[in-house]
This record gives sequence, C-alpha cells and structure tokens, in this order.
Amino acid sequence: MAQITCRDLTLGYDNEVILKGLDFTVNSGDYLCIVGENGSGKSTLMKTILGLTPPLGGEILWGEGLDVNAIGYLPQQTLVQRDFPASVREIVLSGCQNRPGFRAFYKPEDRRKADRNMERMGILDMAKRCYRDLSGGQQQRVLLARALCSAEKVLLLDEPVTGLDPKITQEMYELIQGLNEEGITIIMISHDVEEAVRYASHILHIGKHVFFGPREEYIQSDIGKYFLLQEGGASEWEK
Amino acid sequence: MGEMMSKLSYYMEFPFVRYALIVGVLIALCSSLFGATLVLKRFSFIGDGLAHVAFGAMAIAAVLDITNEMTVVLPITIVCAVLLLRTGQNTIIKGDAAIAMISVGALGFGYLIMNLFSTSSNLTGDVCSTLFGSTSILTLTTKEVWLSVILSVVVVVFFIVYYNRIFSLTFDENFARATGMKVEWYNLLTAVVIAVIIVLAMNLVGSLLISALVIFPALSAMRIFQSYKSVILFSAGISVVCALLGMLISILAGTPVGSTIVAVDVAGFAICYIIGRARS
Ligand SMILES: Nc1ncnc2c1ncn2[C@@H]1O[C@H](COP(=O)(O)OP(=O)(O)OP(=O)(O)O)[C@@H](O)[C@H]1O
Ligand SMILES: [Mg+2]
Repeated sequence: MAQITCRDLTLGYDNEVILKGLDFTVNSGDYLCIVGENGSGKSTLMKTILGLTPPLGGEILWGEGLDVNAIGYLPQQTLVQRDFPASVREIVLSGCQNRPGFRAFYKPEDRRKADRNMERMGILDMAKRCYRDLSGGQQQRVLLARALCSAEKVLLLDEPVTGLDPKITQEMYELIQGLNEEGITIIMISHDVEEAVRYASHILHIGKHVFFGPREEYIQSDIGKYFLLQEGGASEWEK
Repeated sequence: MGEMMSKLSYYMEFPFVRYALIVGVLIALCSSLFGATLVLKRFSFIGDGLAHVAFGAMAIAAVLDITNEMTVVLPITIVCAVLLLRTGQNTIIKGDAAIAMISVGALGFGYLIMNLFSTSSNLTGDVCSTLFGSTSILTLTTKEVWLSVILSVVVVVFFIVYYNRIFSLTFDENFARATGMKVEWYNLLTAVVIAVIIVLAMNLVGSLLISALVIFPALSAMRIFQSYKSVILFSAGISVVCALLGMLISILAGTPVGSTIVAVDVAGFAICYIIGRARS
C-alpha cells in the first residue's frame, strides 16, 4: 500500500531550485535510504515531506489514513538547548503532543506509550536522568524514542548515526532495522552508502543523477556501482 | 527580634503594605515561570529591551498626565514584544541588534520627553523610581492591585494550560513544528505574556532590574535540578521566597524595594551555585 507518493516534486528555498522532477513512492513496510552528496537536497526533501518547507512544484500524496501527523521525525541537527534541564522521560513524552485537537495534559496512555518506547530503545533505566548528561548515542536514542511516540507508522531519520562511534552506530542500525521488522516504514538519510545498501529495501539517490528503485537494482546500476566503488564497498558486495 | 516583629506588625496594619506584599509575591511567581524559557531561548535580552520600552511608555503616560499608566504602558509593550519577535525571525536586522536599538532608543526618548514636558517638580526622583521601582510598589491604588491580581492569574493559568507546549517549544522548536504545532502562534502568545509580566514587574523592581527578577530564579534552579518540572517548581518557589524576604528587609531596614529583592535573588543564586557544585 502506497503511504507516500511524490509526483514531479521540485525542491528548493524561495526561488532557488535545488532539485526538479522527483518521482518516487514509499509503500508501507519499506526501508528507504536516501543517499547523495552533501548539499544535494536530502534534508530539504525530508523537510518538504514534513511540510516544514513548501514544495516549489509537484505534489506529495498521502496514503489512506495518513498525514503529516502520522510521521515521526529525527532531525539532522537537533538544535536542542545544550543546557536544557529536561529529564529523558519529559523529552520522550513530548513526542505524544502529536495528536489532533488541543489537550493541555498527557493521558495515562501517553505515559504508557512513552515507557514502552523507552524500553524499546533500551533507555527506560535512565528515564529520570538529565538529557544533557547523556552520551551522544544515548541522546540519539532518546530522540528516536520521542519520534516513535509521535508516530507509529512512518519514521523519517536524517542521518541518525552522525557522530556516533562504530559500535554504537552498528547498534543504532540494528535498532532501526528492528523497528522496520515490526512494520514501521523507515525513510532514512545516510552518508554511508555501504550501510544503506546493506539494510535498505529501496534506495533514492539524488544529485546530478537521480535513481529510485529497489536495492538490488541500485547495486547493478551505473550510478550505484560508481558510488559503492568510491566508498570502497563494492568489492564486499560482489563476494 | 521582638522589636523587629512589632515593627513588622505595625507596618502590616497599613493596607498599602499588605497590597504591596500580595502583588509582589504574584509578580515574583509570574516572572519566574517564564524565566527558564527566556534564558534557554537566549531571549534574556528581550526582557531587558521590553523593560526599556515600558519605561518610554511610562514617560509618555506621565507627560500626558494619564492616571492609570498601565492602560498606556501595557498595549505599547505588547506591540513592541510582537515586533521584536518578528525581527528575531527576520535576518535583515539581527535579533539582538534590533532589541538593542529599540531598548536604548526607548530609554533615551523616554527620558527626553520627561525632561521636556514634565510638570513635576521632582524629575530626577520620578525617573529614578521608574528605573529602580523605589516606591511605586507602595503607592499602588486598589485598581492597580486588582489589575495586577487579574493579570497574574491569567499568566499562571496560561502557563499551566500550555505547560507541555512551552516545554516542546523551548526544547526543540523544529521538532515541535514537524509534529504539527503552530510554533509562530505560540511564540507570539509567549511574547505577549512576557510583555504583561514585564509591565507588572515594573511596579515591583523598576525597569532596569526586571531581568534580574526573571533570570535569577531560573538560573538558580538550573544549578540544582535535572528535570524541567522540578526547575519550574523550584524557581517559582525561590522567586516568591526571595521577593517576600526582600520586601520585608526593605520595610525593616528602609532600603529600596527593588534593589533589595534583587540582592536577595543574587544571594539565592550563590547558595544554589554552591549546592550544585557540592553535588557534582
Ligand atoms: N534554509 C535554507 N535556505 C536556503 N537555502 C538552504 C536552506 N537550507 C539549505 N539550503 C541549501 O539547499 C541545498 C541543499 O541543502 P540540504 O540541507 O538539503 O542538503 P543535504 O543533502 O541534506 O546535505 P548534507 O548531506 O550535508 O546534510 C544546499 O545548497 C543548501 O545551501
Ligand atoms: Mg542534510
């Protein structure tokens, strides 16, 4: 079932076009990786999907029963307040505000949901700790748990592993894969093409050349071969 | 000690002293609630700028001989709060430069028109009391007391109802926007509420010292506490205690109200800083 369809989408800011004529479809349960060079417009695409930046052309169609409010988002740079005194639980709970209508306070079911998602991310035991005292990897898990609270169906992750060490990066990828296996649609921006190709079901490559298709086709395509070779990952894949 | 008590109870006989204490506590409560947001969003300057705007507005009210100054000062300050927030989002004039422009401009302009048009015989005294709030808290009329009470209740109710939104807005504005929150609208509301607080607080500590009232309790609480809720509760508590203490000291010792409260706030911060250090 198609959850998000982009038709002839034009990305950019004000009148400056970054990318034109983008077509792709994300089905429920997909794991889409968006790759491309720095500045190719990956983050812009995500912001456009979220409605933070208006599209300069084309349209974004939402599948049945879905809209922007059903999406969880993990921004690339979380400009969160460095010295903000907030406990992990408070931050995860704040993901629950993503409900239609105005409600001043959280309901018991919101709290249960927050606890469940903290458990999923393995951070339940630090629920009372202060966010600013956590390590980068732990902070990233907190923000992922928050994103999960705001939507159970689709997650948009903008480079979720930047700045994490290799071990934690691997754990993070496995966590995300686990979520995908639970049926959550994942749309992730990644710099690491090799890893992207390992976990994703589909690849969207943007830049001068645009590619969209299943992972297998990407590996066979010229652009994919070129990129994987550059990253030094191609040889591994041929084995 | 007994002498102090009898002196205090003697002063308590006067309704204006009781009014001052009630209004002072309410103002301290309101200003502390938004302190954390202002500090964390790097908005501390806005409080300062608005206070100067309020000073300018006060000067206009004085010159026009308007008895209920708040009816002039409040709308002008609110409009400026909205404008300042707009320029903050606009990159043509950087936010802090705009604030500096407006605040210094209002201060100079206010003093100028007071000098040119004031009929008062004690100009320096008037200016000093507007800047440092030396006696205005003790000269509140019943009308002003009621206005202060109503505005304080509105601020506190606003804060409680929007508590979770204010949290999101302060912590991560982008995420709040991505989850469908009307961020601009809430920023606007917050600016209006802050303007209200500033105008209220002018009575207590005067326009130069308002920032202290807003910032110190939040900074003190952030030394010790780890969660937003506890920071808010503690800063509200410490702010009220410091304001009460400051007012009582100023009554007993005959010191100016505003600066005494600020001095007590500073002492409170020092204590919290030491406690925070000792803990870590
Ligand atoms: N708010 C903005 N206003 C105007 N232009 C912008 C804005 N944000 C980004 N750009 C420009 O849009 C282009 C694409 O930026 P974008 O952040 O989408 O790239 P990206 O693919 O995510 O890069 P990276 O891999 O570094 O994250 C860049 O040239 C950037 O300078
Ligand atoms: Mg990016």
